[in-house]
Amino acid sequence: MEYLWEEEKLIKIVKRDQPSRTIFFLTPVLAIFLTLVAGGLIFYILGFKPFESLKFFFIVPIADMYGFSELLLKATPLCLIAIGLSFCFKSNNWNIGAEGQLTFGAIVSGGVALLFYDQEGFYILPIVILAGAIGGMLYASIPAILKTYFNTNEILVSLMLVYVSKLILDYLVVGPWSNPEGFNFPETRQFSDSARLPLLVEGLRIHAGIFLALAAVVISWFIFDKTYLGFQMKVSGFSLKTAKYAGYKGKKMIILVFLISGACAGLAGVGEITGPIGQLHREVSPDYGFTAIIVAFLGRLNPVGIIFASLVVAITYLGAETAQIFMQIPKYTGQVFQGMILFFLLASDYLLFFKIKFIGSKK
Amino acid sequence: MIIDINFVGLIITSIMASAVPLILASCGELITERSGVLNLGVEGMMIIGAISGFALMTVTGSLIIAVFGAMLAGVLISTIFAFLTQTLITNHVATGLALTIFGIGISAMIGKNFVGIPGKEFPVLFGSLKDAIPFLSPILFGHSIVFYFAFALPFITNYFLKKTKIGLIVRAVGDSPDSASNQGINVRLVRYLCILYGGAMCGLGGAYLSMIYTPQWIENMTGGRGWIALALVVFSTWNPIKILIGAMIFGGLTIIQFHMQAIGVRIPVQFLTALPYIVTIIVLVVISRDSRKIRLSTPSSLGKSFYKDN
Repeated sequence: MEYLWEEEKLIKIVKRDQPSRTIFFLTPVLAIFLTLVAGGLIFYILGFKPFESLKFFFIVPIADMYGFSELLLKATPLCLIAIGLSFCFKSNNWNIGAEGQLTFGAIVSGGVALLFYDQEGFYILPIVILAGAIGGMLYASIPAILKTYFNTNEILVSLMLVYVSKLILDYLVVGPWSNPEGFNFPETRQFSDSARLPLLVEGLRIHAGIFLALAAVVISWFIFDKTYLGFQMKVSGFSLKTAKYAGYKGKKMIILVFLISGACAGLAGVGEITGPIGQLHREVSPDYGFTAIIVAFLGRLNPVGIIFASLVVAITYLGAETAQIFMQIPKYTGQVFQGMILFFLLASDYLLFFKIKFIGSKK
Repeated sequence: MIIDINFVGLIITSIMASAVPLILASCGELITERSGVLNLGVEGMMIIGAISGFALMTVTGSLIIAVFGAMLAGVLISTIFAFLTQTLITNHVATGLALTIFGIGISAMIGKNFVGIPGKEFPVLFGSLKDAIPFLSPILFGHSIVFYFAFALPFITNYFLKKTKIGLIVRAVGDSPDSASNQGINVRLVRYLCILYGGAMCGLGGAYLSMIYTPQWIENMTGGRGWIALALVVFSTWNPIKILIGAMIFGGLTIIQFHMQAIGVRIPVQFLTALPYIVTIIVLVVISRDSRKIRLSTPSSLGKSFYKDN
């Protein structure tokens, strides 16, 4: 029976000798397209008009200057965190707790900003930004050190720390750091103007944090493409055995990539609280740290790819809000879209390693 | 201070009840991991089970349909994972993360219409014996069938893995897929089935939360239990009996937090809530320090894709 079936088979799936480079950068586009199709289908099942819904989800939110500014506002932390994560993922370290590192960075930098709440001065903002990066690095160093010296799974540790960081933040804004004149609202004082990132355009929310993200893009490109360190990271990602054989210092590298990604996530936290928020409260991030994992993959762990990916994924945040307001589509649709993008991206990776050959029937 | 023995019995009961979803999900994931597949989507599968069970119970009114429907929902969502990782050879970690993000989103979307609806009373077994023996009765009697099943599951799982032929096949596939394949075992099929079974157990664990434990639908109600269940599998060094112990410890941490608040211990509530997560990290560190022991007990091909050229 099997023999007969073999004979009638028209197509054959063959493993490629080498992953195709063109397809490597084309599959993200395919994944986005498939997500749109599946999304339209979900809207249809839920009883919404698919094309109108997709329009409200993906086009209406960015149709004007305000929308465009909001898009960049959301893409900034996503891009920054994803750049940091690309260091981890490229070297085979699964840091999935960027959300916690972001939160802890926000806590540390927020605490510093609160010290200066009644002062003005050019020196305040740099100190606050630095504090955020250090906070993120400190928090990322926990899973890194536990992984290197205690052999502990970094996935679980970094994730558990997300919950812990959110509870620390909650404790601080409700308790010791809450605004003494704030009628017991769970929030701190407003930061002084000197601790705020300057706005780029009057009347829009887009702020100077975008330059932090762009700087991270350039620096990461430089490290990966131009330095020996970047080369070592990539080799460790392909094969830990090879890296060991070549004599690379594995433990130091693990800690380094975690520190880099922690710093980036911490900076994203600073950008949020000193940019659009201006104080600490319970919700400093709508899960940017988790979504950035998708951005990193969609951007193929490539700095330029990550810029595009962060813009695409940022739309799902805006679209979810717009669709909720205009069409009463639940806002969680954003998350569903994010999950689907990653599913389709991983699935279309199949085309990277395998090709479909039409061989015709041999009779 | 006189300690009321019945009160202690009640505390132990509540610890056991909060351990149930952890046991179910961990035992399911344990089988999946024993076959060499690392599914990080436990949280997503649990939350899908939670909303499916609750929604089916509300819509159909039948508890049986709801419980089995939740398990089926877990199977369906894990089919996505199985198809991607086994047929399309995708990375286990990334696919599992996608499953969790997707599951949380979909469950909140479906659950929108079920927020605030009161749950139904779930029938208990041996309810009449509840006051027969002091201390022991509340522990032993008057629980749902899912509760009893959960406490039997680690032993069943242990028996299955160690004494049955299929259990041996599962372990072989997880430890050495190449040799298993050479012996004529369909590695991909075994892994598919183990993933789907894991999905069913996670779905049941989620349904226990929304239908029996809470019982109502609250957005994101699994609250990290899926991740703790994953940690429990490592904690147990892939031994089902030890899952029981681990789940009781974590159940205890959840319950102690309520009682500490009740007696008015002056520790910030956020610290008590964070306790299970912090203890998870500490326990993981203690367990993993002995890298030789971990290496010996981890299924050798865990998380690695298997591809056979034909």
